[in-house]
Amino acid sequence: MNRLQDVKEFQAHQTVLAAGWDESKPCLRVCDGTGCRALGSQKVLKDLRDELDKVQLNAEIEVVGTGCPGFCEYGPLITIYPQRISYLKVQPKDVSDIVNQTLLSGEVIDRLLFTDPDTGEHIVKEHDLPFYIKQKRSVLAMNGRIDPTQINDYLALGGYSSLVKALTSMSPENVIADVKTSGLRGRGGAGFPTGLKWEICRSNVQTVGTGYIICNADEGDPGAFMDRSIMEGNPHLVIEGMIIGAYAIGLSQGYVYIRAEYPLAVENLKIALHQAEEVGLLGQNILGSESDFDLDIRLGAGAFVCGEETALLASIEGKIGEPQPRPPYPAQSGLWGKPTNINNVETWANVPGIIEHGGQEYASIGSENSKGTKIFSVVGKINNTGLVEVPMGITLREVIFDIGGGIPDGKEFKAAQLGGPSGGCIPADHLDVEIDYESLTSLGAIMGSGGLVVADEDTCMVDFAAYFMRFTQEESCGKCVPCRVGTKAMLETLERICAGDGRPGDIEYLIELGEEIKRSSLCGLGQTAPNPVLSTIRYFRDEYEAHIADHTCAAKVCKGLITYSVIDENCTGCMVCLRNCPEGAIQGEKKEVHAIDADLCTRCGMCMSVCKFDAILVE
Amino acid sequence: MQIPVSEIHEIIDREAGDEGSIISALEKIQQHYRYLPKEALILASQRLGVPLSQAYAVATFYNAFSLKPKGKYCLQICMGTACHVRGSTLVLDRIEAKLGIAAGETTQDKLFSLETVNCVGACALGPIVVADDEYSGQMTLEKADRLIKNLMKTETKR
Repeated sequence: MNRLQDVKEFQAHQTVLAAGWDESKPCLRVCDGTGCRALGSQKVLKDLRDELDKVQLNAEIEVVGTGCPGFCEYGPLITIYPQRISYLKVQPKDVSDIVNQTLLSGEVIDRLLFTDPDTGEHIVKEHDLPFYIKQKRSVLAMNGRIDPTQINDYLALGGYSSLVKALTSMSPENVIADVKTSGLRGRGGAGFPTGLKWEICRSNVQTVGTGYIICNADEGDPGAFMDRSIMEGNPHLVIEGMIIGAYAIGLSQGYVYIRAEYPLAVENLKIALHQAEEVGLLGQNILGSESDFDLDIRLGAGAFVCGEETALLASIEGKIGEPQPRPPYPAQSGLWGKPTNINNVETWANVPGIIEHGGQEYASIGSENSKGTKIFSVVGKINNTGLVEVPMGITLREVIFDIGGGIPDGKEFKAAQLGGPSGGCIPADHLDVEIDYESLTSLGAIMGSGGLVVADEDTCMVDFAAYFMRFTQEESCGKCVPCRVGTKAMLETLERICAGDGRPGDIEYLIELGEEIKRSSLCGLGQTAPNPVLSTIRYFRDEYEAHIADHTCAAKVCKGLITYSVIDENCTGCMVCLRNCPEGAIQGEKKEVHAIDADLCTRCGMCMSVCKFDAILVE
Repeated sequence: MQIPVSEIHEIIDREAGDEGSIISALEKIQQHYRYLPKEALILASQRLGVPLSQAYAVATFYNAFSLKPKGKYCLQICMGTACHVRGSTLVLDRIEAKLGIAAGETTQDKLFSLETVNCVGACALGPIVVADDEYSGQMTLEKADRLIKNLMKTETKR
């Protein structure tokens, strides 16, 4: 379509689109995010379209691939409009039933509904699912409703109105003031007040005359995928936030630095940028105003440290991602030495909502010092793995048990790990903590980017700590000694403990070394790398002691501390384990009890995985 | 493998222009050949006016680049936290043993490359193995064995 020349044209265009948006019309909205794609949503989408073709309903019933609404555990997800029937775990074989029974005969298919684990009751409507009830979905509001590859969908639901509001009725200073009033803090993890960051950058830009804004989409924390889902499911929200930011700070060039590991997010973002430019929301004289803004994509090349802002800047400049000492901060001297404002995806995605409703309304949600909502990816030993958007101040218990559905297989909750390799864990005693930046920090965890990994009784906290230390040790860029050598030394100690060779004094050594690395490392990666270890020692010191002194791993994870044996009463002599053992460590005859040779056994777990009679014991 | 110089020039042409474009040029070359051929690295450095030392530093710093050719099938084991607590280490151990290579290596017959990746973000499916962009979720040791067996079967059929 042609570029919209001015605000009037924009508003006329939007009015037409809004009038055409009708959710009372029949429509199948199929989640086509990365999670559901991995579960087969693309085939479901294709089969649905083919089946509707067959019964000649393709003109009346629309099939739309949407972004991720968050309920990943039960994907592929379909919501049938206008009733909003929520079908879960839909497979290609269900497609013909959906068309014939539900669409043609109006029958609800029970087997595709959510079943409440407590009452056994089927839940029909999407908004009645317990997973969504306690959420407050503002950033994710359009995920699952719009086709992320169609700018018109976003426009029809009021998209880019906040930008128009800012351009037509607010000065740049007013925009910054509103963002300050909102209390929005950086969602990338550190929680720096966004409005203040913009203000500092603006004043430097005014002195220097130029600069850049950047969206940090290098979501590297393992177990965190909220930024990916925002960009996949609603890329225009981020773009709109950035254009508003550029207007407020007074800049005309921006970059989105995004992980190459997120191909779908990159693709949808590219489409969105192209469309925004086409209609005149990017480029020269946005909607006929004096404002120009160009936005380009830079792909990350797989280095965790590039999530650190100075390393990210080096990477955009075509160098290796080594951090620089701060100050100077990027707001003073950033990309190519110019003032640069960096915010992460979720932060940018919060901006349009703030401008639309006003900073004060935004500030009415959340706790005293942490405003608005936060998206968590709740993963690990949890029934409802998925993305959850909740108001700040909600308790951890509500997130894990009411929304997350608790721990699978009746196991005991042990800890929630927040903030990934920079964060820490929170044990059961503190489940009622109200989630905000300060409360989490005081417990030794951090808000981080929002990865929330649940550990249960089968998770060994020493192994868990070693896992994170292995991660940061591998991802350390090697520039400063405390991080390069220190993380290695901590990892070696942890691996020794897990192998059963722990020594008295190891725990004290880990604490001392950890504190030193935190104090002396150059960048955020090293300064936070010891956190997972320090926090597990703080809450689970007994597990460390049991590993070192008693040579036991209660969770039965650490290979150096466990043995496999056959439970004689359960063994039927079926020979399955014997045939599958890669080491030939199992002896026995057909229909006779088998035995495992502990010397040959490498504790790979194969016998446990194949035994159908629960006849393998680990202790 | 002989790499036609004109082909590399074409790839670089599409990326040249912007400051800092060495990384995106190398990304495109990596995508095309599935590794960075020496000729391409040298050419990229000359064409983009970046010292070869910097191009080499970039090529060896970032995980996305490889200086060695990859196998025909690339198996990526997700080592994200959710996969870890659900037992991805056992799956990795199993696949390493089965293929006789460690993560980061390629089998001698150039059939399989094995890599670990930091979270593909499909945590509901953990542990996950990605075989050439196809996700296999809820991996068990048995399923891992089957996956490799099936890939080998496809290969012998050809």
